[in-house]
Amino acid sequence: MIWDWAFAFEILPVLARAAIVSIEATLIGFALAASLGLVLAVVRIAVPWTGWTISVLVELIRSTPLLIQIFFLYFVFPKFGVVLDAFTAGVLAIGIHYAAYCSEVYRAGFDNIHRGQWEASIALNLSSWTTFRDIIIPQAIPPIVPALGNYLVALFKETPLLSAIAVLELMQTAKIIGSETFRYTEPTTLVGLFFLAMSLVSAALIRSLERLLNRRTMR
Amino acid sequence: MTEQPMVRFDNVSKRYGALTVLDGLNLEIAHGEKVSIIGPSGSGKTTVLRMLMTLETINDGVIWVEGQPLTHMERNGKLVPADLAHIRKIRAKIGMVFQSFNLFPHMTAMQNCIEAPITVLGMKRADAEARAADLLDMVGLSEKKDHYPSQLSGGQQQRVAIARACAMRPKIMLFDEVTSALDPELVGEVLEVIRKLGREHDLTMLMVTHQMGFAKEFSDRVCFFHAGKICEQGPPNELFGAPKNERTRQFLHAVLEAG
Ligand SMILES: Nc1ncnc2c1ncn2[C@@H]1O[C@H](COP(=O)(O)OP(=O)(O)O)[C@@H](O)[C@H]1O
Ligand SMILES: [Mg+2]
Repeated sequence: MIWDWAFAFEILPVLARAAIVSIEATLIGFALAASLGLVLAVVRIAVPWTGWTISVLVELIRSTPLLIQIFFLYFVFPKFGVVLDAFTAGVLAIGIHYAAYCSEVYRAGFDNIHRGQWEASIALNLSSWTTFRDIIIPQAIPPIVPALGNYLVALFKETPLLSAIAVLELMQTAKIIGSETFRYTEPTTLVGLFFLAMSLVSAALIRSLERLLNRRTMR
Repeated sequence: MTEQPMVRFDNVSKRYGALTVLDGLNLEIAHGEKVSIIGPSGSGKTTVLRMLMTLETINDGVIWVEGQPLTHMERNGKLVPADLAHIRKIRAKIGMVFQSFNLFPHMTAMQNCIEAPITVLGMKRADAEARAADLLDMVGLSEKKDHYPSQLSGGQQQRVAIARACAMRPKIMLFDEVTSALDPELVGEVLEVIRKLGREHDLTMLMVTHQMGFAKEFSDRVCFFHAGKICEQGPPNELFGAPKNERTRQFLHAVLEAG
């Protein structure tokens, strides 16, 4: 028999615990990506001379595979005295990687704000911090929620890369179960189904968030 | 000591690349004076206001506000380009109303009017709201205070924008063609608010306008701009009644022809 229901139910609790690790990595990673990305996009505008450096940094991060960045943080950083546990190193790498993508999304959002909004802010003598916080960001974010949401789902689907540094997330757990029992069908299928379900759920959540924001921002 | 002019452009030039937009502008505006700027499109009228509002940097000269340099600051007895802190201190005296209103679309009329008083002047919310309520009353929009800009007509939006600028208690108000984006039937209500502002507040006003009738009736002085220079200026009855310069005559003729 190819599919063993009893075995599938047996490994379910172990996979469920691993799923929590995957979700944690996703949420922490995305929180990092969304906030660091915003900081990069804001600094690029607020402190013009950083523009070139930030562009190069973003380009560098986007042009190298995430897996290499994960390895770098986990295996190379300790050589410089920065020792991180696997989960921290992995989540940090994912967060930084996606921050580069998010910063471009924010940038597009800022570019879409009419010049008159900045000029009115200057005429009212608002500080640049207040201008971003109260005027620019609240208008720039709602239209880019779908794009940020897509990156949330993409990030989630890349968390199996953490298995490469032995973080006990879903993929790594499935691998271990497989190597111990020589049964890969059930764990691999269950993990795949879990990703499918979570991706669909997040997509639905993002769509309703989008609708909520559209209703709240009067235009 | 004689009283300092409220604003003084001292030999100010503005260039965009090879294009000289303003060429050695000298202009003094007295405390409380109402000055209208007229002239053909592209003659540099908007640029004058934008430089004073510090939306544009200048290439030469110095702009002074109440005897203090705006574009520069004094260091060891010499004028050096101003830093942001200095600019923010001086530009607190200046407010501006734009052709395209530029209200914050995600804020109600009331929120538009209290944002800067709270975050810049550090006013308490209740005080800021009381001041904003008075100003919205002045512009005749008390009952629209909880409306978003998208729920207001162009004339109403522009009146909110005027209240918002006034909430910062500027000494100088700049108006850049504030009725040009409005449907003709809405122009009157905005001009009426500006008249009232001129009567009831101790404000120095500098306005770019195509409303010749309003400029004539409202201003103490009218400046006719042509190709980045003041071609002719004087009291409205003189400039409109007996223009001395040929260019002024041509311009006024063309404008009156168009109605
Ligand atoms: N950002 C800019 N870059 C290049 N040229 C500009 C810019 N802003 C204004 N100009 C030019 O400066 C001239 C004066 O513009 P402006 O002050 O807006 O004229 P006005 O308000 O009298 O119509 C115009 O020729 C315009 O094309
Ligand atoms: Mg103009």
